[in-house]
Amino acid sequence: MSRAVRFVPLALLLLIIAALVWRLATPADTNVHSHMEGRAVPPFALPAALPGKPGLTSADLATGRPRLVNIFASWCVPCIGEVKVLEQLRGRGVRIDGIAIRDRPDDLIQFLAQNGDPYERIGSDSQSVVQIALGSSGVPESFVVDGKGVIRYQHIGAIEAADIPAIMGQLEQAR
Amino acid sequence: MIAEAGLAALWLAAGLAALQFLFMILALRSDLAVARGMRSIAVVQGALTLVAFAMLLIVFARSDMSVKLVFENSNSLKPFIYKVAGTWGNHEGSMLMWVTILAAAGAFVALFSRRTSERTLVAALGAQAALALGFYAFLLIASNPFARLWPPPMDGQGLNPLLQDPGLAFHPPTLYLGYVGLSVAFSLAVGALLTGEVDSRLARAMRPWVLAAWILLTLGITAGSYWAYYELGWGGYWFWDPVENASLMPWLAATALLHSINVLAARGALKAWTMMLAVIAFSMSMVGTFLVRSGILTSVHAFAIDPERGTFLLALLAIYVGAAFVLFAWRGATLKEGAPFELVSRESGLVANNLLLSVVLGVVFVGTLYPLFVEAVSGEKLSVGAPYFNAVAGPLALFLAALVGIGPLLGWRRERRPVLKPLRIPALIGATVLAITIILAPNIHILPRLGFVVAAYLAAASLLPLIGRNPLRAPLATWGMVVAHFGIAVALTGMAANAAFTSETLAIAKPGQTLSVGPWLVQLQDVTPIAGKNWTANEAELRVSRGSGAITLKPETRYFSDPPTETNEAAIRTFWNGQLYTVVGKPDASGAWQLRLWWKPFVTLIWAGGALIALGGALALLGRVWRLRRRARQPEWQRERYA
Repeated sequence: MSRAVRFVPLALLLLIIAALVWRLATPADTNVHSHMEGRAVPPFALPAALPGKPGLTSADLATGRPRLVNIFASWCVPCIGEVKVLEQLRGRGVRIDGIAIRDRPDDLIQFLAQNGDPYERIGSDSQSVVQIALGSSGVPESFVVDGKGVIRYQHIGAIEAADIPAIMGQLEQAR
Repeated sequence: MIAEAGLAALWLAAGLAALQFLFMILALRSDLAVARGMRSIAVVQGALTLVAFAMLLIVFARSDMSVKLVFENSNSLKPFIYKVAGTWGNHEGSMLMWVTILAAAGAFVALFSRRTSERTLVAALGAQAALALGFYAFLLIASNPFARLWPPPMDGQGLNPLLQDPGLAFHPPTLYLGYVGLSVAFSLAVGALLTGEVDSRLARAMRPWVLAAWILLTLGITAGSYWAYYELGWGGYWFWDPVENASLMPWLAATALLHSINVLAARGALKAWTMMLAVIAFSMSMVGTFLVRSGILTSVHAFAIDPERGTFLLALLAIYVGAAFVLFAWRGATLKEGAPFELVSRESGLVANNLLLSVVLGVVFVGTLYPLFVEAVSGEKLSVGAPYFNAVAGPLALFLAALVGIGPLLGWRRERRPVLKPLRIPALIGATVLAITIILAPNIHILPRLGFVVAAYLAAASLLPLIGRNPLRAPLATWGMVVAHFGIAVALTGMAANAAFTSETLAIAKPGQTLSVGPWLVQLQDVTPIAGKNWTANEAELRVSRGSGAITLKPETRYFSDPPTETNEAAIRTFWNGQLYTVVGKPDASGAWQLRLWWKPFVTLIWAGGALIALGGALALLGRVWRLRRRARQPEWQRERYA
């Protein structure tokens, strides 16, 4: 058996060990990233969801500063808790718009009066058309949109107090 | 006190292992007489680990919550058997079990091995001690199973409910015995490479160990496959999950070793190759342990994950396998190949077997680690799933199974008789099955169809070594081979039937509604809440009939409180021609329930085949041990043809 052949197992072993060491050093990112990240918000124009607050169009999102778009509904139980966290975010200077899914103005007015209103604009998506175009499958979900109207991050489920640093980080990156 | 006694025993055992390793170096460098006490050291070391393990069993059986490990993995409400099984249902306990088996195996070698020269035995015991030493260090430094908690908590956190199953009581210990049994082959190979005594005596010393480890691995994999099948509620018997592959890889290497070792034992040939396989087989065991314990690959088996421990285990893996490979590269040149053989001979048949098994091993290994390499090189994430393994390993395995029919018919050194002649009948049977499947099931996929054909041919061909002689006078080893090869045909039939004929129904049903799956009509009667000792459940009542004679199946969804987890308890009914597998899921708002129903014709043959393969191994082992006693009285030329 030639010398070279005898060293083949050792070389292979070193290669494998190197790969395993690399993996231990850089643990895998187990988060599933949305396909919408990096894409422009699809064009849409939603009417106002309640009197006294403007509706939302895709043009409103490309304002040169990052914004948070929150998909919610007055009939959604986790949204009640989330609104309070959104209020805290607004307190930190985050600009938040809402898309109300399959909602009624009266219910919405009551929901905002009871739980707080962090939204600058709220569009009414009565048939979930925009929600589906955005790649959202439920309420609540939130999108970080940068100043050019490109989606930078999709948060699935309610934003909780523990998520605030992550959301702030995403908004900072989108700047 | 008990936990402290266990810890003390572990430290003592570690000290003795260090001493044993030191003795080996001294003995090989200067004087063999130094090593006189080595056998007894190995025995005492083994006994001490048994004491340590017994102490851990006791604290678990008593639910002593002041021991951190018990607190984290047990609960006073748990049924007694799972309290005991909880001993190895966690990282520290399973590593203690690992090292206990390792040291006990070393003790056995020291007590009973008389076949190799004293020099090789001393070297092998030293190697075994070196292996144990690393794992003692791992336990004592990074995963002490006897650590205490103060103040002692009131009750424990419980055991993962998936592990609260009779399967857990047997699956891990069996697999570990198999994994670690291969350590003896590793140590003997390293010892023989050190002393340069790679010969048929070594092969005969190694063979029972390889055989025993292989039997246990076969049983462990078979049992694990069945456990995953009924406990996970997914209705599959093999998922090509990284951790399943981790147990398959040592098995493939051990299977190859099992065959090549016969060449070394009978003809003194394939020396370097057999030593390499012995090293690889145990290396694969360590890779398997590393993959499970580090959680490096995403897997359903990720029960105990810790990257830091992963680092420690990887270091051990690198040191041991690296040292063995260096030794191989250094000493490999001194190995002189044994008797030559011709192209058509038993030897070349076994070489073909080894090559194919090695390629399958390579395929599984590459498939398991490929995502890691790709991500390391390009940053791209991907996963390798069943389609790759089935498409690549499947045809290779079928080709190998076809060759299994021929190999045993060949004689050592050269075969001059027309070997294909006795295969006419098996080939005819295979062709008949091919015709039948084409007529009766024209639409099945090519792989299952070939599976049926090869299985039918092999079932007949595997019996040939017993034909033309008095089967009762054939040696047990021959019987073992026949049974194991027949078992392959049986398992293959089950796999092909499962792949070709499984019918599946996934539906949402309200009580009273009837669904059909395969030949069965399944009516959902009702779903009722029930409670067990440490769980509550929704139990569905299914009325199942095929024309006449209804039976009742009761699948459950269980909710465990400590820790909060949900499991599916499938209800499975076995018939002579297959299994009906039912799972109940969650209700929707309207009171309808998710039901998953499978009819799996002849699926049980998969595990029956696995059991037959293991039984064949057991017969061969029995035959080897028994023949050993007679060998002294028997002249060389009387050796059995089909051994």
